[in-house]
Formats: sequence, structure tokens, C-alpha cells
Amino acid sequence: MTRSLLPYILVAQRLGIAFVTLIIVSFAVFFATAMLPGDVAEILLGQAATPEAVAGLREAMGLNEPALSRFVHWLLGLAQGDMGTSYVNNMEVAELIGGRLLNSLRLAGVVTLVSVPVALTLGICAAMWRGSIFDRLVSLLTISVVSVPEFMVATLAVLVFAVWLGWLPALSYGVELDSWSAMLRAYAMPVISLSLVVSAQMIRMSRAAVIETINTPYVEMALLKGASLSRMVLRHALPNALGPIANAVALSLSYLVGGVIIVETIFNYPGVAKLMVDAVSTRDLPLIQSCAMIFCVSYLSLITLADLIAILSNPRLR
Amino acid sequence: MADTVSHPLSEDKAPEGPKFVFNWVGRVGLAVIVFWAIVAIAGPFLAPHPPGEIVDWDYFGPVTSEFWMGTDYLGRDIFSRIIMGARYTVGIALAAVTLACTIGVLLGMIAAVAGGWFDMILSRLLDAFNGIPSLLFGLVVVAAVGSSIPILIMTLTAIYMPGSYRFARALAVNINTMDFVTVARARGEATPYLILREIFPNILGPVLADLGLRFVFIVLVLSGLSFLGLGVQPPNADWGALVRENIEGLSLGAPAVVFPSIAIASLTISVNMFIDNLPTRIRDRSE
Repeated sequence: MTRSLLPYILVAQRLGIAFVTLIIVSFAVFFATAMLPGDVAEILLGQAATPEAVAGLREAMGLNEPALSRFVHWLLGLAQGDMGTSYVNNMEVAELIGGRLLNSLRLAGVVTLVSVPVALTLGICAAMWRGSIFDRLVSLLTISVVSVPEFMVATLAVLVFAVWLGWLPALSYGVELDSWSAMLRAYAMPVISLSLVVSAQMIRMSRAAVIETINTPYVEMALLKGASLSRMVLRHALPNALGPIANAVALSLSYLVGGVIIVETIFNYPGVAKLMVDAVSTRDLPLIQSCAMIFCVSYLSLITLADLIAILSNPRLR
Repeated sequence: MADTVSHPLSEDKAPEGPKFVFNWVGRVGLAVIVFWAIVAIAGPFLAPHPPGEIVDWDYFGPVTSEFWMGTDYLGRDIFSRIIMGARYTVGIALAAVTLACTIGVLLGMIAAVAGGWFDMILSRLLDAFNGIPSLLFGLVVVAAVGSSIPILIMTLTAIYMPGSYRFARALAVNINTMDFVTVARARGEATPYLILREIFPNILGPVLADLGLRFVFIVLVLSGLSFLGLGVQPPNADWGALVRENIEGLSLGAPAVVFPSIAIASLTISVNMFIDNLPTRIRDRSE
């Protein structure tokens, strides 16, 4: 009886950890953006920072309250969708982010749709023909992609597809998206670059997951019974590797968060990451806070999802 | 006697002949690492032109016998700038990785030996920091306090210390339960002795391999930050900044973009190659 409850307890525990992590992370973000830079009122007023003006603005912005109460206030506001106002142009941060977030999610969605099937096929095939030329080639390529910075993958993609082959425009945005083919061409470079970054991780992890299952006695038994290689992998090994593979997919998708920052900047793609990088150069702290929280929450949910899949797919816990 | 009891994992015999044999992939990796280390140290003597000086009227110039890797967007010699850039990329990454691993490994060993609430709170707290994507962490800090080399080193240390802590703690917890540690504890040795003399020597191999991998991650994040214009600031430039400066030349296929990229890739790939091909004896010594 208690045994059948175990997975739920573990899931609840994991969710609890995720929640605590979220609180600590948001405190870190708040501390870094609201405490470290010094007196925000002075920064905002710049040249006009007379002592009276600073005192007045501090009062108006609630900066005289203790840090902890400001933090709680900020967090509660955030939970209700109130992200504050931008320092730079006095617009609502929520308004600035709104459409951008949709753009970023669209990019991430397309990349997921492209990279998951490709990466899983390559990963499983590489595991099936382990040690073959194909496997070594895939390993070499994925290691190369993993060990160079994301911007290099993107630069290389531009060099190959836009400069040498001339198939695609180098910079994606700013062109009118009036037809299917124009849209496809505009999205192609960011999607290709980001897919390369994400797939490389996914291929390595799914290959490792399948190989681990192939090394178990029951799969060896299937081979000894005379099952063909593909039957052994697809029927005997794969169903039991699904959990680890799903875990690998969720974990690799968390690389989207770092990759998207670089890729959106290079291709001038109007997403949240580009917004945040621009906000960093203008030191627009409320905007940075909100963007950072969006990224942290997505990253945290993907890691937590990966862990939950690992717990729920483990038959030993059922 | 005490010595043999406390070190059953280390070799009893004196090491004879080549103890650790590297295969050729590992040797190539090591050679490239040593090459960049020498370049980083001897930089100013190797650079044929002053790195900040405009030496050619032709911007994004081609590879010539005078400018071995072409010229950049202002007509500065790329070869010299890459050599000087090695100082920033290798130097900052090395400083950050050393700090991160020293702090992380020390705390990890202390947590493993001390256990209890100290271990629990520290582990939870540092795990939470792992929940922040690394590039984002860098962005937020640079936004808050600006970018300078000490800040970059501290930020990169803060990003990679928790991972190092977790790795060292996991290894140290295993060693901590072994008989020779129990014996040492029964002998009445103090905690610092246990950590430095019993546990540390037995996790050193994997920890060094981990340090290598972390070095690669740090180079990648540092280059990423510089590429976004938030890392090393002009007039100085690390390799990431060199790529950023010359990105406009990409559509011309200028060598000014290609060579800094190759420099980064050669360093990170060869460290990976070296670590991957370490003799298992060093890498998995505790297992």
C-alpha cells in the first residue's frame, strides 16, 4: 500500500523543492537587480539628482521600506501579473514583454518540433549501430557542437547557408512576411542554429539512454534468442528507455534558454531575449527583472519536468 | 604503519615507468592546451604588431604575408589581437575555474564530513543556484554592476562553484564511509586532517577532470558574454569580443571573423578531447 504511494510522495517532494528553488532564485534576481546597483533614485535622476529630488523619488518609489518587504511586495505583484514600469520609457513592462514573449515561444516551439524527431532518430540509430562509422560521425559532430559557443554555431550556419550557398538571407527580421516562403526563409536561420545547439545535447543523451538499456541482461537475452538488431532495439530496449529519453529531451530543451539569448541577438529576432539584452545595455532594471524571471521559470520548469518524468517512468517505484 | 592504513587506495609500490599512458587524441589535446598557455604567457613578445594599432588602410583585409590572419574592421592585425586575446580568454577562465573549484571542493568536502544541518542547508542553497541558467546569471550581474575583469571572474566563479560543490560532495560522501576514514576518525584525527589527508587525495583525480570540463563551460559563457558586448570591454578584447567586433564582416566571409572562432573552438575542443581520453585510472579513481 505504502509502496504504491511512493511515486506521489516523491513527486510532491520534487515540486516542493522546485518551489523553494523558485523563491531563492527570485530573491537572487531581486537582490542583484534592486540592491546591487546602489540607489535607484539617484540613477534615475542622473544629472538632476539634488538631495531633495532624490528623497522625494525614494519616497514615491517606496525605496525607504526595508528590503525584505520590497521583495515580498515585488514577488506578490509579479504573481498577479504586475511587472512594474520600465525606467527608460515609462511603459508597462507587461506590455513591452507581451508580444515579444509570443515570438520567443513560437521560435522555441518550432525548434522543438524540428529538433526532437531528428535528434531522437539520430540518437537511437547511433546507439543501435554503436561503434560504426555512422555512430562515430554523429559523436564527432555532436561533441564539436557541444564544445563551441552557441554564437559560433549560428555564425557558421550563416556562413554556410547565407554566404556560401546563398539559400537564405543572413538577417531574418525586418523583411515583410507576406507569403509562406518569405516566412519560412525568415525563420530558417534562427531555427536551424537553435536546433543544432539543442539537438546535439539531445542526441548525446538519448544515445546514452538507449545504450544503457541495451546493456541489460534481458536485451542480451533477446539477442541470444535470435531477435534481429532492429527488433532488439525497437521492441525490447526502446520501451524501457522511453523514460530516460523523455528526461533527456526535457533537459536538452533547457538549453533553449541559453541558446535563445545568443540566437535572438545575432539574428535580430524580436523576442524576450533580445529585449533583455537591450535592457541590459540601457540598465532598465524592472524590465531585466521580469525577463530574467521568465527565463528562470521556464528553465526551472523544464528541469523539474525532466525529474518528474524520471520518477514517474521508473517502474520500480510503482 | 599508520601510513599504510590510511592510504590503501594509493599505490604501495613506487611508480615505475610511464604510469599514465595517454592515447594520441589525448596528446593532441594536451599539445593544443600547452600551446595556448604559452601564447597567453608570452603574448606581447609574439605579437608582430601592436594589437591596438591600425596598421592597414584596408578594413577586413585578406590573409597576406604581413597580416597572417587578415585585418579587422578598423584595419588592425587580427593575428596580434588573437594572441593578446588569449590572455583574456585563458586568463579569466583559468582564474575563475581555479576559484570556483577551490571553494566548491573545499565546501563539498566539509559538507560531506560535517553532515547534518550544515550539509543540508548548503546543498539546498547551492542547488537552487543551479536553477539559474548560466548566461542569464551573467547578464543580470553585468546589468546590475557593470562589467570589469574582476567582476567577470567573480561572476563566473559564482556560476560554476555550485556544480563543483555538488560533484566534490558526492565523491567525498562515498570516501567518507570507507574504512580507512573511519579508522582515522577512531584514531582521533581532527576534521581538517580527515579532509586534507584522507579524503582530498582520493577525490583529486576526478576533481581535476571536472575542473577541465568546467574550464570549457567558463570559456563558453565568457565568450558568449563578450559576444553580447557585456564581457571584456574595448579597447581590450578576448576572443568572443573579437568575433563580435568583426561580425559585420561575416557576409564578406572575412578572415577576421573566422580566426577568432577557430581559436575558441581549438581551445574548448582540445580540452574536451584531453579530458575524454584521460586514463580511466585518473578520471574514475574513486569508483
